[in-house]
Amino acid sequence: MIELSNLSVVFGRGTPLEKQALSGLDLAIETGSFVTVIGSNGAGKSTMLGVLAGDVIPTSGRVSIGGRDVTRITTAERAKYVARVFQDPLTGSCGALTIQENLALAAARGSRRGFGLAIGGNRRDEFRSRVAELKLGLENRMDDRMDLLSGGQRQALSLVMATLAGSEVLLLDEHTAALDPGMAEFVMELTQSLVEKHKLTTLMVTHSMRQALDYGTRTVMLHGGKVILDVVGDNRKNLTIEDLIEMFRKARGGQTLDDDALLVS
Amino acid sequence: MSQIAFLGAVELGLVFSFVALGVYLAFRILDFPDLTVDGSFPLGAAVAAVLIIAGWNPWLATAVAMAAGAAAGLVTATLNVKFRILNLLASILTMIALFSVNLRVMGKPNVALINQDTMLSPFFGHGLSEFYVRPLFVGVLVVIAVFLVWRFLASDLGLAMRATGANPRMARAQGVKTSLHIYLGMALSNALVALGGSLFAQTNGFADVTSGVGTIVVGLAAVIIGETLFHSRLIIWALIGCVIGSVLYRIAIQLALSSDILGLKASDLNLVTAVLVAGALILPRLRRGRASA
Repeated sequence: MIELSNLSVVFGRGTPLEKQALSGLDLAIETGSFVTVIGSNGAGKSTMLGVLAGDVIPTSGRVSIGGRDVTRITTAERAKYVARVFQDPLTGSCGALTIQENLALAAARGSRRGFGLAIGGNRRDEFRSRVAELKLGLENRMDDRMDLLSGGQRQALSLVMATLAGSEVLLLDEHTAALDPGMAEFVMELTQSLVEKHKLTTLMVTHSMRQALDYGTRTVMLHGGKVILDVVGDNRKNLTIEDLIEMFRKARGGQTLDDDALLVS
Repeated sequence: MSQIAFLGAVELGLVFSFVALGVYLAFRILDFPDLTVDGSFPLGAAVAAVLIIAGWNPWLATAVAMAAGAAAGLVTATLNVKFRILNLLASILTMIALFSVNLRVMGKPNVALINQDTMLSPFFGHGLSEFYVRPLFVGVLVVIAVFLVWRFLASDLGLAMRATGANPRMARAQGVKTSLHIYLGMALSNALVALGGSLFAQTNGFADVTSGVGTIVVGLAAVIIGETLFHSRLIIWALIGCVIGSVLYRIAIQLALSSDILGLKASDLNLVTAVLVAGALILPRLRRGRASA
């Protein structure tokens, strides 16, 4: 269970650039659900993810993961509960380390790191078989540096990394946005199968209305730092992309969307 | 160049390979441009020399010298991590502070270690000339240090340190406490440099407050020469490169200064150093240029 209660985040308080990114946001996510999050630019999607991950400390409100209050706990300490895939493939994996070393780094997430060899016998085989499941042929390139791979390959590996160590929530921050359409679909299908296999509680921010409805079990729309739409079950099944865009318009006071095309894609 | 001059250059190169290893840890692994070494090298020399003169066991004195170096590294790391002072500036502050500290430690600008028992003393007088014993002894220590640093960087903890330098945001998301690794890395780096300083004092028979000037350039030169020689991205080759780079650097300097044709004097040392480092930086670029043309 993940709970965000009465969350507010203000950036640059007291300056001319003051910006209220979240204003009293409430959201409870039950264990095992896969929530897709949409909203226009500046709606607070990334800030909400940042608050969950620990990168953003809220101005007020409370964040709890699995019953633990983590509001003021640093990103690194929270990592044992939170797995994460970033929008930019270069952020989520370490280009200077090999595929194998990246996996080893992720496998130790949440546990104490000691002087034991990072790439031991058992781990090597385990990593190989996990990477082979991707069917990208990367299992033969385990000693290649990450920066030799394409964005899609890195993103696919980031997903594997996110599932190597246990976690209570998986955060996906527009993780297919930087990929070409073919690779984006591959990564989405991979996401789906990994989430199901590992029964992960997942929060996925996306710009694509289609992704938001096609994947997951619940859809949440943010606007002005608040949840303005929250659909599950049959209501969600009957929802079309057109319905969503209409709601978007209403939320923005009847303004037309200049990025319609992007949202429908 | 005479054989003795050659052995002397090798010995000095080996002593400074500890500096190169430390500089490699800070600059390449942590991506922390650390100039503290100009202070922690003479600090290591000063602490070891003073303690040895006070009658301490030279091995224990060297251990304390390393601890002093680690403390200097921690000061720089604290200024940077806790007080958010720019890394380069933080290290310069520690470096100039250490000049005064080193004078206090020694009580005077120069301390001689003549006729004192050093780490090397037990190995003298067994039939092998001192000119061989010194580089051999330091060489064994270098091999041990390279192995330990390599083994550390291959561990879970070392991997986390490498991620801290290469991609701190990703490291934190993987649960790595990046500030802790900056403290740890800077302590380790400067402990190695202080070990170099301590060995310098013991092999040369003195500690001098000015002996730290330019340490960083020599360390960087060794790292860069090593990288130019070994293109491998494996850590172990980078570490071996530091040692070979350091020794080659000293031999090159010795050659330049002792060749009559060039007509160089000892006072030209800094100029020769700058030319060598610039050359090592330019060379790989030229090679790449030719490959792509």
